[in-house]
Amino acid sequence: MLKVENLRLGFTAGKKTLAAVDGISFSIEKGETFALLGESGCGKSATAQGIMRLLPAAGRILEGRVSLEGEPLLSLSEADMRAYRGGRMAMIFQEPATSLNPVLTVGRQIGEVLERHLDLRGAAATERMVDLLRQVGIADPERRLTEYPFQLSGGMKQRVMIAIALAGEPELLIADEPTTALDVTVQAQILDLLAKIQVDRGMGMLLITHDLGVVARMAHRIGVMYAGELVEVASREEFFTQPRHPYTQALFEALPEISRRGLKLTTIPGQVPSLAAMPAGCRFADRCSHVMPVCREVSPPWREVANGHTVRCHWQGEAAEESATRHAVTELDIDPGKSFLQVADLKVHFPIRKGFLQRTVGHVRAVDGVSLAISAGRTLALVGESGCGKTTVGKALLQLIKPTAGSVKLGGSELVGLKGRRLRDARRHMQMIFQDPFASLNPRLRVGEIIAEGMGALGVETDSAARAAAVAALLQQVGLASEAIDRYPHEFSGGQRQRIAIARALAVQPELLICDEPTSALDVSVQAQILNLLKKLQAELGVAYLFITHNFAVVEYLAHDVAVMYLGRIVEQGRAEEVLRSPRHPYTQALLSAVPAPHLDSHTELIRLPGETPSPAKPPSGCHFHPRCPQAMDVCRLNYPAVTGVSATHTVNCHLVG
Amino acid sequence: MLAYIVRRLLYALPILIGVNLVTFALFFVVNTPDDMARMQLGVKRVTPEAIEKWKVERGYDKPLMFNSGANGLSTVTETIFFEKSARMFVGDFGRAEDGRDIAREIGNRMLPSLAIALPTFILGLFVTITFALTLAFFRATAFDFWGVVLCVAAMSISGLFYIIGGQYLISKVWRLVPISGFGDGLEAWRFLILPVLIGVVSGIGSSTRWYRTIFLEEVSKDYVRTARAKGLPETLVFFRHILRNALIPILTGVVVVIPMLFMGSLLTESFFGIPGLGSYTIDAINAQDFSVVRSMVFIGSVLYIVGLILTDISYTLVDPRIRFE
Amino acid sequence: MMGFQVVVLWSDILIWLLVAAGVGVGVLIAKTPPLLAAWRRVGANRVGMASATVLLAFILIGLLDSLHYRAQLESKPGQKAVYAIEVLSVLDALAAPLRSRNEKTYSAPFATRLYAKETIDLPGQGTVRDYPRLKHGGKHLGEREDEVAEDAAFTAFKAGVLAFIGWLGVFAAVATVNRKKSPKLKLREAAFAWDAVLLTLLLILVFAVPLFWLSGYYHVFGTDKVGQDVLYQILKSVRTGLIIGLVTTLVMLPMAVLLGIVAGYFRGWVDDLIQYIYTVLNSIPGVLLIAAAVLMMQVVIDTNPQWFSTAAERADLRLLALCFILGITSWTGLCRLLRGETLKLRELEYIQAAQAFGVSSWRIIVRHILPNLMHIVIIALVMDFSGLVLAEAVLSYVGIGVDPTMTSFGTMINNARMELGREPVVWWSLVAAFSAMFILVLAANLFADAVRDAFDPRAVA
Repeated sequence: MLKVENLRLGFTAGKKTLAAVDGISFSIEKGETFALLGESGCGKSATAQGIMRLLPAAGRILEGRVSLEGEPLLSLSEADMRAYRGGRMAMIFQEPATSLNPVLTVGRQIGEVLERHLDLRGAAATERMVDLLRQVGIADPERRLTEYPFQLSGGMKQRVMIAIALAGEPELLIADEPTTALDVTVQAQILDLLAKIQVDRGMGMLLITHDLGVVARMAHRIGVMYAGELVEVASREEFFTQPRHPYTQALFEALPEISRRGLKLTTIPGQVPSLAAMPAGCRFADRCSHVMPVCREVSPPWREVANGHTVRCHWQGEAAEESATRHAVTELDIDPGKSFLQVADLKVHFPIRKGFLQRTVGHVRAVDGVSLAISAGRTLALVGESGCGKTTVGKALLQLIKPTAGSVKLGGSELVGLKGRRLRDARRHMQMIFQDPFASLNPRLRVGEIIAEGMGALGVETDSAARAAAVAALLQQVGLASEAIDRYPHEFSGGQRQRIAIARALAVQPELLICDEPTSALDVSVQAQILNLLKKLQAELGVAYLFITHNFAVVEYLAHDVAVMYLGRIVEQGRAEEVLRSPRHPYTQALLSAVPAPHLDSHTELIRLPGETPSPAKPPSGCHFHPRCPQAMDVCRLNYPAVTGVSATHTVNCHLVG
Repeated sequence: MLAYIVRRLLYALPILIGVNLVTFALFFVVNTPDDMARMQLGVKRVTPEAIEKWKVERGYDKPLMFNSGANGLSTVTETIFFEKSARMFVGDFGRAEDGRDIAREIGNRMLPSLAIALPTFILGLFVTITFALTLAFFRATAFDFWGVVLCVAAMSISGLFYIIGGQYLISKVWRLVPISGFGDGLEAWRFLILPVLIGVVSGIGSSTRWYRTIFLEEVSKDYVRTARAKGLPETLVFFRHILRNALIPILTGVVVVIPMLFMGSLLTESFFGIPGLGSYTIDAINAQDFSVVRSMVFIGSVLYIVGLILTDISYTLVDPRIRFE
Repeated sequence: MMGFQVVVLWSDILIWLLVAAGVGVGVLIAKTPPLLAAWRRVGANRVGMASATVLLAFILIGLLDSLHYRAQLESKPGQKAVYAIEVLSVLDALAAPLRSRNEKTYSAPFATRLYAKETIDLPGQGTVRDYPRLKHGGKHLGEREDEVAEDAAFTAFKAGVLAFIGWLGVFAAVATVNRKKSPKLKLREAAFAWDAVLLTLLLILVFAVPLFWLSGYYHVFGTDKVGQDVLYQILKSVRTGLIIGLVTTLVMLPMAVLLGIVAGYFRGWVDDLIQYIYTVLNSIPGVLLIAAAVLMMQVVIDTNPQWFSTAAERADLRLLALCFILGITSWTGLCRLLRGETLKLRELEYIQAAQAFGVSSWRIIVRHILPNLMHIVIIALVMDFSGLVLAEAVLSYVGIGVDPTMTSFGTMINNARMELGREPVVWWSLVAAFSAMFILVLAANLFADAVRDAFDPRAVA
């Protein structure tokens, strides 16, 4: 149905035009989901925008053909192309929060499409809109039509986006990272919805994603993109059982998984070449473990390895035996020992102020009674969806946010309420690594100054020569060249920046590192490098981690202990094996089942949660989880469940247990 | 809504008091009434008696803040601060040097000021938004480029030039409209047309450039891409989606000046001999009439604060995100 | 050789301080690669560099006019030296002919006779009412008054050719240096927009050299009411404009930066207080606040005549006071901008990382916040300049600008506009003042655009 032939797209910068997508070809059949998989910057989004002819101002279509049902799209006039856009082909975007017009009602935004493509107006249009909203699973559609986007939750916005896309009754739906900005439980809902709609309507779907789990859940056929080129196209079965391209194989092996616990992850060395300096031969050659001399000279041709499975690679060998190169890097069974950090009933409430005198009318209970213990050399993963308060816990431990109540004891001494010198002394023992490697380094300071800052402030090394030596040693420890000292952050890639951030935190020799989603902004292959590094450092330095994340794969891979948070409270915690293998809280169970696994046989038993996390300003009565809980009972609506011990180390807050 | 406005008004009160204190300090503390008297009387006529007489005539003979010679409440009320500054809150501005009641004079002069400022404002807004929208629509073309060049050139020209040049060319050389003056009723339009025209033209450069930036900022947002993905024609994308969102910052930036329109324009009014508040202010500055200047400062800040409140209200009207809070 | 006494006016101190600060910032920039990169982008911008060249020419005039002295009056040997009451500047010395060759009243550009008829005593012919011959303008022509056009054109041509030859020298020098540094690159492709600079320089030279050459023989822009050369007034106005534009920002900058950052970083009651202060100041209409302050200042100056030994000093103080008042009324905008930006910055993770190390608040402000606000400050600085130059003209017109005895674009316009009603029109003063101001402000605006494009992070991305 959709046929893309030798499409080349470029972006102009000054007088130069750099090809971001360099000659890709694929086709999508009716009722088929074709996934374009690739890491950031590989050109997958540009491809989608190119097909719709919606490239940003600097984008150019350089050559190639795109046809829908045999009708060429690229030669159409702009006016004719508009009849296709939103009509026969529709698109949904990554960021539902910004993709809807904030000042128009939902009804207006859907109605526009009906008017434009189906010439529907008035009552007929309203009827159709209500119908559409119902199809995308929005309750009370009549009311929602008159609401504005800001009144909807993130998941609902994406549902509205889908309704807008469906309004023109498209034959082809292009979904550009449709669930990346959403929480796992909501992601599961949206993916289910997309899959259902696609089957019902027999649409073709082009799914752009970086997530192998999403691919496994959704795709019929997969195309892997690397540096502007398609390198492998395979059916779902072939792709997950016999990936042929070394890059595809490496992507799989870089995934953190429970089966790889304690093992070093395979990483892809180096970085994606920049658009301005593309190598002549195979673009992956510099990072490939099977590289041959021919790879650097001749761009590999397409080769069919099985029916419908094609690959662009000179290397014809079989995938290396898994785990041959892996070796254990961490001891999994570290003796828990005595915990050195105890958190008891920690609360962080932010006042909501209103009115002339700024009276406090309520509180956002971001953290509402959290108790934790961390022991030396172990990793405690704090898991939860966005807005559950997990980051606030991390910052409150460091006293970056003043806790409202509760206690944080470091080796017996209380941190809450400490000031000045004594607080500074305490901070030597714990440090933080932040989520966004681009926001966590001051762009105006040199790397050396950044790393040395903590040493100076905490008086770790006062002698400047010793400090310089310490900085060099740290850089080496995190795997960066010592020349980095005099360079500025913008000269480094995301992964390298995260290494600098780790070095900065390690500079004061803390016993605890609070890692706030340190890999969520990174690509899979880079994530693997950082995870390896963190494991290595733990083994070498015996540092403990509080690992704040929403990514269960990472938790499964490296956590010793797990605590699951929902709406400011911990609902279940215990040893990783206990919580992950036999979760007792319905929320934990649902979370685990919502994570799309990158395997063929991932559809075990699915628990789908309805709705989304409520606001922490007005948590539901009784058990916070009861409105979404599939097993809610009467008692859940009344009382918050007490802590119940499942085993010596495993506790859960649920009326179902105990 | 009413409660909201009342709350905003209450919030404005401390600011007005602040303004009042600043002007009081400026007019009575930096310089004593004696200094002012000397200045007003001129070097030749300065005698201690003349100064005393001047002060008594204008009520400047009282203590500044605190009258220790009086009893009870009048220790506070029998002072310059209360008489001259605090009473402005109830609309009592006292008398000008020529003995006229300032409040009445202000009332008389508001209308002519408004007659120029309002058309200038509305026409100017319409012209600049249209121009900016056109530039943004044809962004990154030669038209846009030269439009921006024109704007930069236009904003580099002194406002005085527009007035002097316009007056010279249109009134003196072409003799299309009278150079200056003001008439009653419908006759007034002949006098108004030139100042309005000049007011609009002199504002085109900077406003257009500002609005164009706002439009371009909206153009690059995600929802615009969504609108295009729906297959909407570019005109509809602009008028339904971009214009509506861009109007929020434009409107709120503009609403604040609406009450200030009453104040008139200093330059235009004095050049064209319009008997409005602008020329009143200029005359007072030139005559060093402190009471009038002080009153105008106070009224100006009241109007500004009203503008701030209107801005808040207009936000709630145009932006659903705030309306539903 | 006559002696002289150096006079240092307050504004001189400030303007030279500014130059020193400029050099200091330049050195600092050279050491900070991110800033240097931004300035390189300015340097690569052709329009920006062309306007910078024009601005430099103006600044040069202004600086020459900021070295003041009092000439020694002739006195007998042995007596204590007596100095003239008039304060002169190096520019005055360089342009001495312009300053001293005053006519009686108005004369048009390149005129040889006065604008107004007078009763002239001709020896042997009695009295005639005619346009009297100018004392200086076109004197060298003698009786050949009708040859002004030819004479002026020829002189201009000679000077133009000379200017072009001089420019060729500069061009050759730049080209040679460029060839040495990067042999392969042509001038057109160099990272720095040399072509634009050289072209602008050519235009300036070809325009200015003949102009000054001619000004030795004629009043090229005419003379004003008291017969003073308009070109000379234009030159003198440049300094006033520059001081208003630069010193004002110098006054407001520390306040805006400090209060803006403090309000944004510490929040709470500090923020409330600072917000209150600037809302109060903001709510007083700018012109009125300036008017009130200038009126009051005038009273202070008038009641304390003993403070000033020369009229120049009094005018100078009034100028500075005006800068100060303009600064007070204009810091609120930048302050609010910086406050908002600091509020955003303080939530950034690198600030939190520093807080996690217990780095003190002031150190965080100096090390992390201030450097990341620099681009806003620089953009605000250059953007404000042109507005202030324009404002000066308006304020002087309203009567609350610089001292009436001080030459500025505003006072020139104000004096000249009264004469528009005359027949024939006395247009030259106005046109000259407006044109000079237009060139200065246009150059400043274009330069500001170039700086904004180079420093705005959104534009870079």
